[in-house]
Amino acid sequence: MTSFLKKYSIVGQTILVMSIFGMLFASLLAIFFEFSNPVILKSEAEAKQRLLLQVIGGKEYDNNLDTDFIDIPPNVYLKNKKNGKAYVARYQNKVRAVVLESRAPDGYSGDIILLVGISSDGEIIGSRVVKHQETPGLGDYIDIEKSNWILAFQGLNLSDKPSARWAVKKDRGDFDYMAGATITARGAIKAVHNALLFFKENKAQLVLTNVK
Amino acid sequence: MLSKSINDGLWKQNPGVIQLLGLCPTLAVTTTVVNGVSLGIATMLVMVASNGSIAPIRRWIPEEIRVPVFILVVAALVTIIDLSIHAFAEPLYKALGIFIPLIVTNCIVLARVESFASKNSTLPSLYDGFFMGLGLCIVLAILGAMREILGKGSLFSGFDLIFGESWKIVSIQFFDSTHGFLLALLPPGAFLGLALLIALTNYINQKK
Repeated sequence: MTSFLKKYSIVGQTILVMSIFGMLFASLLAIFFEFSNPVILKSEAEAKQRLLLQVIGGKEYDNNLDTDFIDIPPNVYLKNKKNGKAYVARYQNKVRAVVLESRAPDGYSGDIILLVGISSDGEIIGSRVVKHQETPGLGDYIDIEKSNWILAFQGLNLSDKPSARWAVKKDRGDFDYMAGATITARGAIKAVHNALLFFKENKAQLVLTNVK
Repeated sequence: MLSKSINDGLWKQNPGVIQLLGLCPTLAVTTTVVNGVSLGIATMLVMVASNGSIAPIRRWIPEEIRVPVFILVVAALVTIIDLSIHAFAEPLYKALGIFIPLIVTNCIVLARVESFASKNSTLPSLYDGFFMGLGLCIVLAILGAMREILGKGSLFSGFDLIFGESWKIVSIQFFDSTHGFLLALLPPGAFLGLALLIALTNYINQKK
């Protein structure tokens, strides 16, 4: 093999060896991808389902959340850059809850993305942070895996809590925060509040739409 | 051969505190023991696999283009490990995130392939990959423990997220996390912690 290769110029040799290795490992990767991809897709779908279940709590529904959603164009409340999705949970064709994806562009680092489950009468059933890049061990307390902070939103609605109270205690609001990571809490609170405002403004569209 | 590999990997040529290679993950993920150990194990797997696959084919890799070939092999192996962790250990995948693909750029992996596996036969190369990886893993665990105790007041927290609920009992809480020493969790804390470990290693080596 080596003597065979030495007949070629260094360029030819490079091309030959790199192509062989490239093809060899690319096919290895392809085989592995085929094996692991179904498992990954399944666990991702399950994780999403679990999350949706968490934010709509015990509300009973009989439709498929995966396929029943409304497209939400970019707007000032949810701060989505592309068309987003609002999942609608129905029971016997009546809307029980809506799950909105709200974005906080004003966190400490990068966007914080939250799912907010709102019942048809405008009350928060549950909320979860689905994606964030806040400082580990500091700003990540908004994540349910790290602390119960996010549960404070449960059961709140706009009529009981006026806009001014949707702030951290430091800003004369009602919400706790962790010293040294106030910006994170501010961003998340604003995003949840915005989801409620969006719901209020678009209630007609969200709740009264018919089954697709 | 085996005892030399053990001695080099765990102490004399320890990647974490002597060779000081692959510092980015060392410093970035070691906020808790479980994060440090997980990345350590992932890196160890990559090192064993890359050393073990380069050594048997080293004769067919032309000297001039060995580094691109090494990178190709390492990248493929890391992708395979990344996919398997994503498929079969999702909580671990979530905890480590971007740092698994970044193992490709970890100099310690390429360094061992270049300086050991490309010159030695398969079995010693496997040993070398394993013990170098283990040496790094231990440093990551110690650094993680230091930062976790100081910063969060806990030790071994989060094991249950990766190995299942029953592992919750290994978690120890020394004091409430709100009284933690924040600096220990921030990047400067990682540098200070590593500096202390290096100082300790040098002190022990000088004493000998």
